[in-house]
Amino acid sequence: MAGRVVVVTSGKGGVGKTTTVANLGTGLALRHKKVVMIDADIGLRNLDVVMGLENRIIYDLVDVAEKTCRSINKALIKDKRLSNLFLLPAAQTRNKDAVTPEQMIEIVEALKDEFDYILIDCPAGIERGFDNAVAAATEAIVVTTPEVSAVRDADRIIGLLQEKELYEPTLILNRLRPDMVRKGDMMDVDDINDILAIKLLGIVPDDEEIIISTNKGEPAVLNNHSKAGEAFRNIVRRIEGEEVPFMSMGGEPGLFGRFLKMMHGK
Amino acid sequence: MKIFREETPSKKQAVERLRLILVHDRAKVSTGLLELLRGEIINAISKYVEIDEEEIDIELNASESKAELVANIPVVRVRRVLE
Repeated sequence: MAGRVVVVTSGKGGVGKTTTVANLGTGLALRHKKVVMIDADIGLRNLDVVMGLENRIIYDLVDVAEKTCRSINKALIKDKRLSNLFLLPAAQTRNKDAVTPEQMIEIVEALKDEFDYILIDCPAGIERGFDNAVAAATEAIVVTTPEVSAVRDADRIIGLLQEKELYEPTLILNRLRPDMVRKGDMMDVDDINDILAIKLLGIVPDDEEIIISTNKGEPAVLNNHSKAGEAFRNIVRRIEGEEVPFMSMGGEPGLFGRFLKMMHGK
Repeated sequence: MKIFREETPSKKQAVERLRLILVHDRAKVSTGLLELLRGEIINAISKYVEIDEEEIDIELNASESKAELVANIPVVRVRRVLE
């Protein structure tokens, strides 16, 4: 059976697309799926760094597109930790026009039969880089944060995905801060669901562990103590078709939270 | 513990601003939809009155708190019988 081709996109930069791809890729591989992540952000590659694989790059996406390297497999970098996880890095020294949507389709077609999942890390923006990343995808995940600018861009991207016949994108709400939601200073999941009206795939709490994991080049999904890692593990299970309840965040503090507050005399 | 808040929580503002922004954004993007609508309006109205198709102006306007469809359709002649 041919693999699933999923593009992770957002419109706005800096909302956590690359972190999401790294964690979903690693999470799916932990479940023994054969996964390849493609960094489509030509000129600003980052997925290699987030994965801790930056020293192993020989060939990149442009080399594959231009057939400078003999086979696609030569350009695939095997993950340090998981033998069934691979990365096709972006070129760092070229620009977004170095690859065409037709070439992306060709590359993905060549990988489809060998992998269960092909995850594509889309660059920010809505130009050629977006067209490339989306061209071969049959599913889309939109990442946003609970901020006006990010949600606005997500809405625009959802419209553009529809034009590319990706009619049912799912949503990951990243960097939610339950404390701010409780105070009424951050939009909650319900507000954003109401506005964007697409299926929610997961909520990822803001977590310092993400910065630490990027420092180390180890996705948080591997860390059992990271809240964000737990959220990504849940998202992976949902991608695989499991019904997983959403982590409780925001709204009223739970029993334990109220107990803590009592202890602190607040 | 803070009992009284000095201002309304900023989330409310975020939601309200977003709603309006998106009315503007979505209206601009859906030009294809407006073209379809324009064609159907011309067909419907032409049964009863002769209109100047060149001069038709159809816009989706979003103002303060609402969105409205504004159509300006110059009539050349009212038909006497249904054709």
